[in-house]
Amino acid sequence: MSDTGTGSSTDSRNGTDPADMAETRVTADAAETADAAEARDAREASAQLSTTPEQEQSEPPNLPSLGVIGWARWFWRQLTSMRVALILLLLLSLGTVPGSLIPQNSVDAAKAAEFRQNNPTLSGFYETFQLFDVYSSVWFSAIYILLFVSLIGCIVPRSWQFVGHLRARPPRAPRRLDRMPAYTTWHTDEDPEQVLEAARSTLRRRRFRTEADGPGGSVAAEKGYLREAGNLVFHVALIVMLVAFAAGQLWRSEGGKLIVQGDGFANTLTQYDDFRAGSLYSTDSLDSFGFTLDSFHSSFEPSGPQKGTPREFRADVTYWEGADGEEKKAAIEVNRPLSVGDSKVFLLAHGYAPVVSVTDGQGDVAFRGPVPFLPLDANVTSQGVVKVTDYRDAKGEKDQLGFQGFFVPTYLPGSGQMASQFPALTNPALFLTAYRGDLGVDGGQPRSVYQLDVEKMKQFTEKGGDPLAKVLEPGDTMELPNGAGELRFESVERWASFQISQEPGKGWALGGAVAAVLGLAGSLFLSRRRVWVRAVAGPDGRTVVEMAALGRSESARVPEELGDLAERLRHAAPLAPARPEAVSTASPDSPEAPASPESPASPARTDRSAEGAGQ
Amino acid sequence: MNFAAANNQSLADISNVLVYSAMAVYTLAFVAHIAEWVFGSRSRVARTAAALSPGRRRDADASSSAAAPGSGPAAASAGGTDVLERPRIVTRSSAAGRPDVPDGPGAAGGDVQGDTYGRIAVALTALAFVVHAAGVVARGLSVERVPWANMYEFSTTFSMVVVGAYLVLLATGRNVRWVGLPLVTTVLLDLGLATTVLYTESDQLPPALDSYWLWIHVSLAIVCGALFYLGAVGTVLYLFRDRYEAKLERGGKPGAFATSVMERLPASASLDKFAYRINAAVFPFWTFTIIAGAIWAESAWGRYWGWDPKEVWSFITWAAYACYLHARATVGWKGRKAAYLALVAFACWLFNYYGVNMFVDGLHSYSGV
Ligand code: HEM
Repeated sequence: MSDTGTGSSTDSRNGTDPADMAETRVTADAAETADAAEARDAREASAQLSTTPEQEQSEPPNLPSLGVIGWARWFWRQLTSMRVALILLLLLSLGTVPGSLIPQNSVDAAKAAEFRQNNPTLSGFYETFQLFDVYSSVWFSAIYILLFVSLIGCIVPRSWQFVGHLRARPPRAPRRLDRMPAYTTWHTDEDPEQVLEAARSTLRRRRFRTEADGPGGSVAAEKGYLREAGNLVFHVALIVMLVAFAAGQLWRSEGGKLIVQGDGFANTLTQYDDFRAGSLYSTDSLDSFGFTLDSFHSSFEPSGPQKGTPREFRADVTYWEGADGEEKKAAIEVNRPLSVGDSKVFLLAHGYAPVVSVTDGQGDVAFRGPVPFLPLDANVTSQGVVKVTDYRDAKGEKDQLGFQGFFVPTYLPGSGQMASQFPALTNPALFLTAYRGDLGVDGGQPRSVYQLDVEKMKQFTEKGGDPLAKVLEPGDTMELPNGAGELRFESVERWASFQISQEPGKGWALGGAVAAVLGLAGSLFLSRRRVWVRAVAGPDGRTVVEMAALGRSESARVPEELGDLAERLRHAAPLAPARPEAVSTASPDSPEAPASPESPASPARTDRSAEGAGQ
Repeated sequence: MNFAAANNQSLADISNVLVYSAMAVYTLAFVAHIAEWVFGSRSRVARTAAALSPGRRRDADASSSAAAPGSGPAAASAGGTDVLERPRIVTRSSAAGRPDVPDGPGAAGGDVQGDTYGRIAVALTALAFVVHAAGVVARGLSVERVPWANMYEFSTTFSMVVVGAYLVLLATGRNVRWVGLPLVTTVLLDLGLATTVLYTESDQLPPALDSYWLWIHVSLAIVCGALFYLGAVGTVLYLFRDRYEAKLERGGKPGAFATSVMERLPASASLDKFAYRINAAVFPFWTFTIIAGAIWAESAWGRYWGWDPKEVWSFITWAAYACYLHARATVGWKGRKAAYLALVAFACWLFNYYGVNMFVDGLHSYSGV
């Protein structure tokens, strides 16, 4: 909408169809005629300065006979109107609010589950409105799809319109230039043609598009088309971003993998610890690559109030592409993922894996290897289990063993608590209790490797009947009672967990984002404006030069620019005093204009000031 | 503790002292601003009232619509006295609504003593800014990184940028001295909050924040917030001033205090334009801030958009400002309605900063509180 108020608002004041107001129409009220002509003039001057749609009427069509098509058209007009776009945009931002306050399945499923457990009644209500899945809910999708449709319905016609504007010539000078927001005039001794020629070349040099204005002795010029282009680019870029985001959601895949130092990973579905994918994702699109974790480094703040705050995490890996591609070395850090093909490998977490060996009742090694423990706190107090499936007791009977407990990288002996004092490996200790019985791993049901289901197991006890429990330091052994075997804590390995994700459409999203910012900058920092120059011979024989400018929105820069242009033009058409006897109007080609009686004879005054300058 | 660490600790202490000193100087500036407003109240200008009283208004309309070529207000007042070096530009405001209401004379209200205090206040604000900036720089040196990685640092830098922006506007000759008092008041509140509730010992960065996007994303977020804040002050004052003008227009008679304060503020149209310009100019930068954040999130967490609360609220803020810009382009929503939207948008920004950091869990857990 034009901010100048000279356009449609003035028309509506007259209450008649502007097209009726031909200048020849004779009205009793002379002032009214002048007003009407002026309004038309002003409207023409600001026509096509923007592709912003006029505000439509919001009442539905009141003719019942309009039928389905009429209503559909009305509905479409509404949907693509600025007002509805505004309301949809407001709704969209309101709609995202609950998602940030209520735990979301998609963001943190564990927290959402916990919330449901703690607030059963509220959760029922939340479930009804899909408030645990706001961003994929029906109502949220409805808002953004409507907005999306509105955006397309709005942008496509405007783009066409803009192409039309690009071809159109700047509109001819309004008769009363002094009615424009910025105006200046002076007299000169140069010929009108010369002045206009100079004006044209000045404007051209300033990269205005100029148009000689028929026989009226004026030049029309326009500049700043990039503003409208910027606005359109911005809105189109929004569409691109939205599509890219949606595609990313549908085709994405994301999986986690925990790897102990020295172990490797190949990018196939079976190797993942957990895996999520968008609804259109297919497993064949996994990139073919693999890597091994050669070593993991970390360092922590050793002292001070932020003791223990991580300073560095780095995973050194060797990776290969394809089935047997060439091996390459790389370091993966927290902000520096490894890119392979379309996939990216991110460092997610780290922890310790105590290396234990379990000897069974027969003296055979039943298990040996690193067992990753999962961190519970910032100092990497970790929890884990050792599951031994292939075990025989002292009598040679087949059974299963389970050890459960904590690992701390920095143990404070005598503290009586199994809480780590520092995240680095300074004084590691392992605290375990032991069970025997059915681990439940053969039942076919998936079980977490980090949890022990002790329902069908029996805890080992000491002689007094207390549960068997022991703090082990590396090298220590935990004897199971009655010759049931032993567990030896050999050493500690590091592990790191990785997230491997593939998200198509990233490039499009980024491209759209960049285009959006550029478009916005063009749309908000540039302005579209028109300049008119008129030079005609005055009654005194001197040339009257008039210049006026009109911006799309009222801005201080429009008059400034006009002043600048006038200053330049003045070199080609120097000020000259008007001859004193010439008390004429400054707009010689608008005979009907200045007839109103209250009008002070100010042209003379302006001329006088020009006179002062000329001397 | 090694030598470098000791050195850093003393720099951090210096930074704290500087920030406290800046607060002391801001307090003096606050007092000087109050003095300016108090002395300014002695003047009894009522130009707005003159321009808007119903009788006058008709006259103004009539004369402006009947004016003949070259008789715009500027040309008429030019008279024949000054030598015309360059062609005179006549501007005529075609904005719908009130006829040209003059801007108020500023807090000092034309009172000489008031103006002196006003100048003192500006000088003190500039001094406080220098001390404040030194404090921020010392903090940055003590941690050997950019000083904006926790809420304490974010707050001190934020208020520094606000004051800096205000001083730049002043230095470039804008009529913005009316921002002085609300500005210094909020800066004092912000620093008070920062040094008490939000204070965090200086320290280096955890690896998750160690990225050059920290420079880009966070510094831009601070600058955008600071400028949005100035826009919000303009909007709030616009709402008051607009109500005052509307009341005058209806022939009402505002109270003496309201008259005294409102008469000295810029016209509602000027305040509105000020707020719009700032908000519109900052919007592309805010857009870029979010994009920078998304790029960073992509490299840190493996997805560029994950509906983390901080992301959600940045988006809400963005959408709210986009609503505001749309509202300005839609006839029925200009003026007060758009202004309310702008305030809602700024409230979203504030909530994103304070609320989300303190009350909502998310991945952006660096508040240090
Ligand atoms: C995703 C939602 C949208 C966002 C975030 C958005 C954002 C913006 C922004 C920031 C501007 C200001 C630029 C300026 O003032 O030049 C703007 C202008 C504009 N928008 Fe949108 N827009 C959205 C959807 C729409 C839709 C659906 C329509 C059509 C009904 C629309 C029509 C316009 C128009 C006509 C302008 C130009 C206003 C003027 O020229 O002053 N926008 N938009």
